[in-house]
Amino acid sequence: MRWIVRPSWPGCPAAPPRGPQLAPGTILGVPVDIDIAKVARLARLALTPEEMERYGAQLGAILEHAVSLQALDIEGVPPTAHPLPMLNALRPDEVEETLDREEVLSQAPDREGPYFRVPPFLEEA
Amino acid sequence: MGYEAVIGVETHVEVATLSKMFCGCPNGFGAEPNTHICPVCLGLPGALPVPNARAIEATVSLGLALGAEIAPRSLFHRKNYFYADLPKNYQISQFDLPLCRGGHLDLETETGVCRVGLTRVHLEEDTGKSTHLGESGRIRAAEAVLLDFNRSGVPLMEVVSEPDLRSPEEARAYAAELRSLIVALGISEARLEEGQMRFDANVSIRPEGSSALGTKVEIKNMNSLRSLQRALAFEVERQTALLEASREVEQETRHWDEAAGVTRAGRSKEESSDYRYFPEPDLVPVTLETALLERLRAALPELPAQRRARYRALGLDPDAARLIAEGEGYGDVLDAAVAAGAEARAAALWLTGEVTAHLRRVGMPLAATPLTGAHLADLDALVAAGRLSATAAKEVLTGVLAGEGAPEEVAARRDLIQISDEGVLAAAVAEVLAAHPDELARLRAGEQRLVGFLVGKVMQATGGKADPRRVSEAIRRAAQ
Amino acid sequence: MKGDPADLTIAAAAAAMRAGELSATALLDAVRRRAAATEAQLHAYLTLDFEGAERAAAAADAAFARGEDPGPLAGIPVAVKDNMCTRGMETTCGSRILSGYHPPYDATAVARLRAAGAVVIGKTNMDEFAMGSSTENSAYGPTRNPWDPERVPGGSSGGSAAAVAAGSALGALGSDTGGSIRQPASLCGVVGLKPTYGLVSRYGLVAFASSLDQIGPFARTVTDAATLFEAVAGYDPSDATSYRGPVPEVRPGLEAGPAGLRVGVIAELAGEGNEPAVLAAFARMLEALQGAGAEVRQLSLPSMPYALDAYYLIAPAECSANLARFDGVRYGLRLPGDTVEEMMAASRRDGFGPEVTRRILLGTYALSAGYYEAFYGRAQKVRTRVIEDFARAYKEVDVLVVPTSPTTAFRMGERTEDPLAMYLADVGTIPCNLGGGPGISVPVGLDRWGLPIGFQVLAPPLGEAALLRAARAVEALAGFSARPALATSGVS
Repeated sequence: MRWIVRPSWPGCPAAPPRGPQLAPGTILGVPVDIDIAKVARLARLALTPEEMERYGAQLGAILEHAVSLQALDIEGVPPTAHPLPMLNALRPDEVEETLDREEVLSQAPDREGPYFRVPPFLEEA
Repeated sequence: MGYEAVIGVETHVEVATLSKMFCGCPNGFGAEPNTHICPVCLGLPGALPVPNARAIEATVSLGLALGAEIAPRSLFHRKNYFYADLPKNYQISQFDLPLCRGGHLDLETETGVCRVGLTRVHLEEDTGKSTHLGESGRIRAAEAVLLDFNRSGVPLMEVVSEPDLRSPEEARAYAAELRSLIVALGISEARLEEGQMRFDANVSIRPEGSSALGTKVEIKNMNSLRSLQRALAFEVERQTALLEASREVEQETRHWDEAAGVTRAGRSKEESSDYRYFPEPDLVPVTLETALLERLRAALPELPAQRRARYRALGLDPDAARLIAEGEGYGDVLDAAVAAGAEARAAALWLTGEVTAHLRRVGMPLAATPLTGAHLADLDALVAAGRLSATAAKEVLTGVLAGEGAPEEVAARRDLIQISDEGVLAAAVAEVLAAHPDELARLRAGEQRLVGFLVGKVMQATGGKADPRRVSEAIRRAAQ
Repeated sequence: MKGDPADLTIAAAAAAMRAGELSATALLDAVRRRAAATEAQLHAYLTLDFEGAERAAAAADAAFARGEDPGPLAGIPVAVKDNMCTRGMETTCGSRILSGYHPPYDATAVARLRAAGAVVIGKTNMDEFAMGSSTENSAYGPTRNPWDPERVPGGSSGGSAAAVAAGSALGALGSDTGGSIRQPASLCGVVGLKPTYGLVSRYGLVAFASSLDQIGPFARTVTDAATLFEAVAGYDPSDATSYRGPVPEVRPGLEAGPAGLRVGVIAELAGEGNEPAVLAAFARMLEALQGAGAEVRQLSLPSMPYALDAYYLIAPAECSANLARFDGVRYGLRLPGDTVEEMMAASRRDGFGPEVTRRILLGTYALSAGYYEAFYGRAQKVRTRVIEDFARAYKEVDVLVVPTSPTTAFRMGERTEDPLAMYLADVGTIPCNLGGGPGISVPVGLDRWGLPIGFQVLAPPLGEAALLRAARAVEALAGFSARPALATSGVS
């Protein structure tokens, strides 16, 4: 993996303190080997081999930043999913207005009558 | 070497709420395609989910009925995978903080009670429906796929059992019992043919006596209790054959082919999904307070197991108790009959016999007939008083079911009322005995079979209206 | 009525309309002329709907004529960032994948603007799906900075900021996930407010990072920003993350001034990472505040340097899932494929730009099996630390201050080759998105190239009253009244 050199444009903020030296090929103690093809498949992105190499390198560079997170002590700290402590935002079991089917289907790339239409699924092709 | 099957069943149930899980679209079957849609269940850009409180309460109620532990704080998670019928290409589901954990379901078997452990009950949203065009009916060689999102976002409860089931029969019994419970709680009508309840199963086998687990195979697409049992039976046999041939069972997902009666390998192993679960950031945690739990617990109706036990205590045998408890409306009618004075076993016998046969003939549910518990009580009283023979009672019952009126009315109209008056009977018997002195003497001498002959004469004389049981008794008494 | 109505503040325009000195139609006309004069150069807008705007302006005028007061924004021309759904008006999020997409519903914030009588004139340009800090990531070409067309307006809400700066809108809505309102406000010399998370409904805002996104206003004054904020804020049952309590009252204390205000400078973000001109302007404002009676002190929030890295794990993770719905099935771009999987993968590859692709890949990776705890899980814990640091700071001070952007507007193309360089632009704005509290950028001066410098105020969650009081005080002390040449010449 080719690491992109940290930029040094005028006024670049000082890099955050680095954590302890980790074993090569690991980030935050986790062995990292970015299988970019697998990630692209999971994300349904049909990248070209050249694109995969480019993005793979960029991902590595960005993740290297994650190394800095190691320096911060988070022992015993609970994760935060929401900044404000909200709970139980529910709705009553009531029927509300639906959308007009024609207005919705007018946005469909392909339709057949009242249905959306797509090519066959992988298991049947 | 003998092998034992280790089976776990995952059940998905569509919850019968008025609106969908995360939006206000109607939750109903059979509407015109793509009419129950809105930005949320279509996955339009900018749409946001808001959970249906009633679906959550229904799930907690099921958990309480199953003796599960209800999470004080529960989260929804995103389960990420791409599929054309999943509008957001993630499903809002639950992961490590489901609404209910643990619990059990007891099955009544001939050998006693079998307790099936449960892992969890959680809540998620259903997907849309895809119809594959192409050669009629065949999944293969589709030209295109049509999508209907009416079902997208319908609340779906998932019940996961521990791998405690040891046979396809047991698995079926478990599924049936779970269904009864769900219906009794009013969570869903659980109509299997409409896909309101669906099963997946995990099957492995291991040498008898071993405690290690064999390789697990997931079976999908079993859409009835019967196909569940058949699929599991096939799979157990398939795996047994493999092991006996010293080959290995591959860990995979297989689909049940109902028509061919076999399970087939599904997609290849490498497609095993990485769902990348993370807490749903568009939703906030659900906390379930004690007050709510108490309210839901108090509102639980009589559970099927409790009802069956109650009927057994009334004197019904286990099969009858089960049939009455499960038959739609049967339990209520029996309870009313008993309350009106009927003898439980007699009323139950009529329900499981004549009534069931009639309903099957006319293709109607019990609720569509005029039969009430009071009718059964009246019928029972008539029989006890000797005014109706057992056979006549059945005929009267048919008449009541057909809408001819109350039992007494029907019996009178059809001229089925027996003579039960003691005096009238005694007189008729005396007359016949007097007219047949030889037979009487031979009877007195020990020829028991002449009772039947003499009873027949009394029946003739009374135009068939005498209670043959009583006449027989009277003749025997006279013969002493 | 002197001067070009397009240069009026919302407050002044509203007063003029009620005094009968100006009609909504005339105001719209002035804004329309300004747009005509500036758009060729600026490209702030993706869609202009003057027909609809005329109808709204006419309705406002009719209501005024009847002696009614249709609302605080009646007749005021406003722009909406193109990631908020507008029914029947194309909504692209700056992406090819939504080219031609017309939503069948309005975002709640848009509906509330309309209900307040605002005249929505169009949809503004943005970095694709709100990912970027320069609006160079738009699939429809960049927006240029009204102060210097060779420079970026900032991002991702660059179009909204530029329109307000240029006078082709009196106010605008943008969205802010890591600074996307405040940073372009700073670079374009206008006011940009990110409210407390949960105060403005996200229903109809095309999601980038659900736990960070907020809709907020651009305007030329703090008072105007308050007016727009009040029109859109408030509980929405369609958004489960919407705050159910009352909206903070910002009017009573707005003019209270700086005397007695306790101001904290975040040491980790107000130092050598900033350009000299930015630091100088910042220091000048601190002195002015102190001179006017505010208590100014320096505070250390140790988690601040880590906020950027935590953000660049949380935001891509959430966005990788939020953008999964763009698959060519029900709407948007579709490329052919033999199977639906091929179709999806081809459509997405073609429809998304490089920055979006990068973040989807990063997010997918960060959430994938084996990495969740190390990346996303850890970042969420860092987020807790950020929240704790803020909470501790706000026990000692009423507001925190920091330069909005480490630099003034940079040149087009300067950072497009290096994603990391672009990310570092957000170092001053990201913390408050993680923290959930409100933040505002106020223009306080120009550097020696005539480029605006922004001063950022932060407050605790639901602390809009203190936030706007401090911002108003800074605005008054700064006396910034410069306008970009483009806005005054009227010549393209």
